Amino acid sequence: MEVERRSLREKQLAARDLLRGDLEGEDLERYVEERVLTTTFEKMLNVARANSIFPLTFGLACCAIEGIPMAAVTARYDIARFGAEAGRASPRQADLMVLSGRVSIKMAPVIRRLYDQMLEPKWVMAMGACSSSGGMFANYAVLQGADKFLPVDIYVPGCPPRPEAVLYGFTKLQRQIIGNPDQGWRQRYDAHGTEEWARGGPRSEPSPEAAKAYEQARESAERLREETGEPSLA
Amino acid sequence: MPDAPGLELIRGEIERDCPGAVLATSYDRSQAALVVDPARVLEVLSWLKDQPGQRYDFLSSLHAADYLPNAPRFAVHYELINRDRVERVRVKAMLEDAPPAGGDDREDSPGRESPRSETGPAGQGLPSIDSCVELFPTAEAQEREVFDFFGIVFRGHPNLTRILLPDDYVGWPQRRDFPIGGEPVTFTYSEQRYD
Amino acid sequence: MTEIAEQAVDRDREIMTVNVGPHHPATHGVLRLVVDLEGEMVRELTPVIGYVHTGIEKSCEDKSYWKVIPFVERMDYVSYFFQMEAFCGAVERLIDLEIPPRARYLRTLFLELNRIHSHLVWLGTTALDLGAISMLWYCFRERDKILDLFEMATGQRMHTRYFQVGGVIEDIPLGFEQKCRAFAEEMPIRVGQYQALLDRNEVFLSRTKGVGAVSRERLLELGVTGPLLRAAGEPWDLRKAFDYLAYPELDFKIPVGTVGDNYDRYRVRVAEMVESARIVEQCLDALPEGPFIADDRKYVLPPRSELSTSMESLIHHFKLVTEGYRVGPGEVYYSIESPRGELGCFVVADGSAKPSRVHFRDPSFVNLQAFRDMAVDTYVADMIASLGMLDPILGGVDR
Repeated sequence: MEVERRSLREKQLAARDLLRGDLEGEDLERYVEERVLTTTFEKMLNVARANSIFPLTFGLACCAIEGIPMAAVTARYDIARFGAEAGRASPRQADLMVLSGRVSIKMAPVIRRLYDQMLEPKWVMAMGACSSSGGMFANYAVLQGADKFLPVDIYVPGCPPRPEAVLYGFTKLQRQIIGNPDQGWRQRYDAHGTEEWARGGPRSEPSPEAAKAYEQARESAERLREETGEPSLA
Repeated sequence: MPDAPGLELIRGEIERDCPGAVLATSYDRSQAALVVDPARVLEVLSWLKDQPGQRYDFLSSLHAADYLPNAPRFAVHYELINRDRVERVRVKAMLEDAPPAGGDDREDSPGRESPRSETGPAGQGLPSIDSCVELFPTAEAQEREVFDFFGIVFRGHPNLTRILLPDDYVGWPQRRDFPIGGEPVTFTYSEQRYD
Repeated sequence: MTEIAEQAVDRDREIMTVNVGPHHPATHGVLRLVVDLEGEMVRELTPVIGYVHTGIEKSCEDKSYWKVIPFVERMDYVSYFFQMEAFCGAVERLIDLEIPPRARYLRTLFLELNRIHSHLVWLGTTALDLGAISMLWYCFRERDKILDLFEMATGQRMHTRYFQVGGVIEDIPLGFEQKCRAFAEEMPIRVGQYQALLDRNEVFLSRTKGVGAVSRERLLELGVTGPLLRAAGEPWDLRKAFDYLAYPELDFKIPVGTVGDNYDRYRVRVAEMVESARIVEQCLDALPEGPFIADDRKYVLPPRSELSTSMESLIHHFKLVTEGYRVGPGEVYYSIESPRGELGCFVVADGSAKPSRVHFRDPSFVNLQAFRDMAVDTYVADMIASLGMLDPILGGVDR
C-alpha cells in the first residue's frame, strides 16, 4: 500500500495533535499506518524465537572446537550478534541442540534423552559431516547420520565446517523459523521430489514424487541383488 | 634402545634367571623386542623392572595385535622404557586363540571359569594371559582396552569389563575377522534418474 | 523413596552417587564420571568413557597408508599435527625413508604451532571452568591467529592432513614467514598478559594452589607423561629424550614444576607456550632450502609438472593413487611428545598396501587414570578444577 511521505515538520505536528487528542478520522488512520506495524501474533513469536535462540552447550568431538560451543561463540565469529550467545547447559532451558561431532553408538541414547528433555519449540542442527551422515567413519562404532534417531532441521557440511559456515547454517535456520524455509533452489534446479523427512516427524510422509522415486530405487536395488545374488539389506 | 648385541646380552641374563622364558629376540629397524612365553610374562617383566642393571620401570604402552592368518594369532606388546638411560625395549607375548568351548587347552580354562568372561559369538573360549597391574598400575585401563577389542582375558585384573564399547556389545571388534561395519550408501533420486 | 534413590544413598556414611556427564558444561568432551559424594567431598570416582568411540583403529585397517592420515588426525582433535607426525614417523621408520631437512624443520614448526594452539584451547576452557570467563575470549583470539597461519599454509583450519609420509605435502607460501614471525614475536607478550591476569589472582590461587597434587612416583606408576608429570618435578620430555625431527638442533628449555598441584600444571603449560614460540622463531631462522618431501617415487607422489613429460612419473602416480605403496612386513612403535604427553603410534605392516594394525597410545587415555588420585577426598569444585588441569581430550581417550 502506498503511503506518501510527509515532511518531518508535518509529522511532528501530527504527533502533537495525537497527544492532545485532536487527531481523528482519516488523520488518525494515516498516523497509525505510518507508525505501527501490524502482524500476526504467530509471526511475531517466530521472529522473537529466531532472534534469541538459546543453544545447548553441547559438544561431541572436533566440530565442537569450531562450532557453537567454541569458535562460533568467540569474538571473531561472534554468534552473539544473532542473539544466541546465552548458551544453556541444561536441556530444559535450551532451544537449539547442535550435534557437533560424531555420534557413536554409546552416545546415541544419551543424545536422544537430551533431545527428549528439551522443550518445544526445539531445533537440531547437524553440524559437520559426521552427524549429518556418518562422515568419513563408515564403521561399526559411528551412527551413519544423526537423523536416524532425531529429526534434524538443518545440516551444515564440512569436516569441520568453518565457523562462518556454521553461522550461515544458523541464519538459514533463523529464516526457517521465521517461516521462510528455503531460498528457492528447488525451483531453480527443478529438484522437487528430493526432500527427505525424518521418520515420524510432522511432515514425515514423502511427497508423491519422492515416494515414487524411493519405490523405484528399492525395486531396482532388489532386482540387482537378485541378479548378482548378494544378500538382501533387509 | 639396546642395540643388537645388547639385546642378546639381556637375553642371556634372563636365561640365567628365568630359563626358558624368552623364546626369541628380534632386532628390527633399531627396535629391540623379546618374544616371551605368555605363561612366564610376569617373570620377565618383573625381571626387567627390578634387575639392577636393567630397571625398565616405566610401562609406556600395552597393546595387542592380531596376526591372522599367521599363528600364533594374538600378541600382547609391552613397551618398556628406562628413563635414565633413555632406552626402550619391547616384550611380546604371543597367544593362541582359544579353541571352541569344550577344549582343554591350558590357556582356555581360566578365561572360561571366570564369571566375568564372555564367550565369543560362536561360543568359543577366550585366550588369557596374566595381568601385570601389580607391577605397572598404568596397565589397568590399557588391559581393559585390549580385552574390549580382542577378547584377551587378563587373569588377576581387578575390573575386567568393557571400557570403550557399550557394556552389552557382543563381539571383539579389533580382531581381523570382525567386519568393519557401516552401511552401504543408497541414493534415492539419482538412482532412479541415472538407472 | 524410589528404588534408584535408595541405592544411590548410603545411609550409614551419607554417600550419594551422582552422575556427572556425559553432557555437562564442564567436562571437556563427553566424559562421564560416576562420583560418590559425601556432602561436598568426593569419596570415590569412576570415569566412564567410550561415548565418542569412533573405531578409528579399525577403520585404518581398511585404508591405504596415505588415507589413514586423515583418520588418524581426528583422534585427539586439538593436536592434530601430532597424530599425523606419529603415524607418518612410524611408517617412515618401517620403510626406512629419510625426510629432507626442510621437511623436518617445517614439521617441527607446525608441531610447535599446534602445541601453542592446544595449550590456548586448554587455557581458555579451563579458565572458563574456574570462572575467569574473559580468558576464553583472549585465548581464542590468539588461536584464531594460529588457525589463520594453518589456513595460509595448508588450506584448512583444522585437520589439515599436511604431513605425508616422506615430508610435508606442500611448501609454505610467500608471506607465511613474515606472518609467522610476527605471531611468534607477539606470543610471549600475550602470554605475559594472561599471566598478569591469572598468576597472582587471589581467587585463582586459592582454587588451584595445593589442589589435586599427586606425587611423582605415583604418576610414574600410573604411566602419566607430559605436563602433568613435569609439573610434579620429573624432567621427562620426549623431545629431549629421543631425538626426532629438528629438535636436537634447536635450543629450548623444558619447564618443570615442583609440587605437582594444579597451579604448577598451569604454570608449566603456560611456560611451554613461551618456549614453543621460541622454537617457532628458531625454526623460521634455521629453515633450510631444499625439497619439502622425499624423492623416493615409490612412496611419494611425483610433482604434477612431471606427469605430462615422464612416463615413469605417470606410472608411479597411478600406482600410488590407486593402490598405494606397499610397506614390507614389520612392526614399529614410534612416540612423540604431544601437548598432553607421550603419543605413541604402533603400526603393524604385512607387506600389503594397507596397514594390518594401527594403534595409538594416547596420552589422555593413560593420564585419565591419574584423575582418581587427583580428585578423591577433595571438594567437587576441586574435582572440576583438576579435570581442567588434567586436560583430557576425549577424542584421544576414546579413539
